Amino acid sequence: MKMSPENTRRTLFTLILIGVALPLIFKLGLPIESSENVQMVYDLVNGQPEGSHILLSFDYDPASKPELHPMAYAVARNALERKYKIVCTALWPMGASLCADTFKRLKEEMPGIEDGVDYVNLGFKAGGIVTIQKMGSDIRDVYPADMSGTPIGELPIMDGIRNLTDFAFVYSFSAGAPGIKEWVMVAHDKNKVITTGGATAVSAPAILPYINEQKQLHGLLGGLKAAAEYEKLSGHIDIATSGMDAQSIAHLIIILFIAVGNIQYHLIRKRKRGE
Amino acid sequence: MKRRIPLLIAFFVGILVIVAEFIPHKPFGTLTGGLEDWFMIIAGFAIILGQMNLIKVHVLKIKHKLPNWQYFIVTIVSFAVMVIFGLFWGTEDNAGILGAGTSLVQSIGSKPFDYMFNNVYQHLSASMFSLLAFFIASAAYRAFIGRTTESNLLLIAAVLVMLGRTSLGSFLTGWLPDALSFLHLPNLAEFIMKYPNTAGQRAIMICAGLGIIGSSLRIILGIERSYLGGE
Repeated sequence: MKMSPENTRRTLFTLILIGVALPLIFKLGLPIESSENVQMVYDLVNGQPEGSHILLSFDYDPASKPELHPMAYAVARNALERKYKIVCTALWPMGASLCADTFKRLKEEMPGIEDGVDYVNLGFKAGGIVTIQKMGSDIRDVYPADMSGTPIGELPIMDGIRNLTDFAFVYSFSAGAPGIKEWVMVAHDKNKVITTGGATAVSAPAILPYINEQKQLHGLLGGLKAAAEYEKLSGHIDIATSGMDAQSIAHLIIILFIAVGNIQYHLIRKRKRGE
Repeated sequence: MKRRIPLLIAFFVGILVIVAEFIPHKPFGTLTGGLEDWFMIIAGFAIILGQMNLIKVHVLKIKHKLPNWQYFIVTIVSFAVMVIFGLFWGTEDNAGILGAGTSLVQSIGSKPFDYMFNNVYQHLSASMFSLLAFFIASAAYRAFIGRTTESNLLLIAAVLVMLGRTSLGSFLTGWLPDALSFLHLPNLAEFIMKYPNTAGQRAIMICAGLGIIGSSLRIILGIERSYLGGE
């Protein structure tokens, strides 16, 4: 029986829906192995002295939230556990709200952390790469106050912070441009600050060339799988890990359909040759 | 004169930024520092310009009753609602014209702007992106057909990466002995991403870089003038 293209598409969509929904309800617990790039990021985040200042840039919007938000939780939680001082910025307008959301949740988990002391959300600033360039010379020129309007000079976390070189490393959660590439070009290449980051799975292949001998990018978390690997390394199994089962099954369904499509194509071709 | 002055500005600013990259000392460093400030101010105004453009374009579409004009009303109303909520009651960290909206926070749990952002916009936006999974599945089924040697290579690489980049890859070949670890799906996916992919991406990046240099020189030297508008 030959299925119409419309029905084939409907069947595929239904199977994808079931394949994504069921593993979210019934956990499969598929194994998660850490890759080299994730290990590099984990070692970097865990290799700084207590009290180090780090900069997290939330360069994404809610469209990429399912992939990048779990990363943000995992990295920020790990950094807070290491007692680092986290300064957050955003090159995307919605990034500031997503940063606020991240720390709101982490504050529920770690009631001891204090805004302005352990972390600060400096908010969004328009300008992309030029904003980073300006932060390279003086961060106070770009951000005279934090999101709530507190002057930067009154924030204990900003004591001794003048520009990008005062940070142990810069981490960009990036969904596109401006994002990791811009941070590499300015923070690493111009200001010699260690730069690392996380990107959506679809944009990760274009960022991989920056992980090279010069360590322009110090490791990369690419997509939900990398976030799940990071959760495993840091010992906090969370939303990324539960999402990986669903993603694995969805990939399997797509592969099965690709196989069906190829078998169909070759059968039709064989039949035509026979005629 | 109307075109010559912008061309001269573009020429001097372009040359100045290039020189400052190699000689970051006074006066070049100071001048480019000023240019950075200007850029950030212009970028801020560009957001306002974008909002005005959004209103103008959509109002015109509604006025002329273009196809699906009803959807443009939804855009305008949504835009207005978010602006009003933001201006009147502010956001989580900032007060609005009508104050901090404490009574509203008590009744709905957060400020109206944050409530809409967290409960409507975030979910709609994530849903739109998630729909891609269905379209990719459908496109992969129709496009990944092994017709030629090249398409077969693409097909094999895609399947290996799709399996290797999920937990399923670790599950399927996790039993392989160390001597055959290169056949482990995550390792195969890692190899494809690290070598063939990176080599291709680097080639694209170098070409794009050369293209950017070429087009930048055309703008600085006044050969490329389309940014001035007009004919």
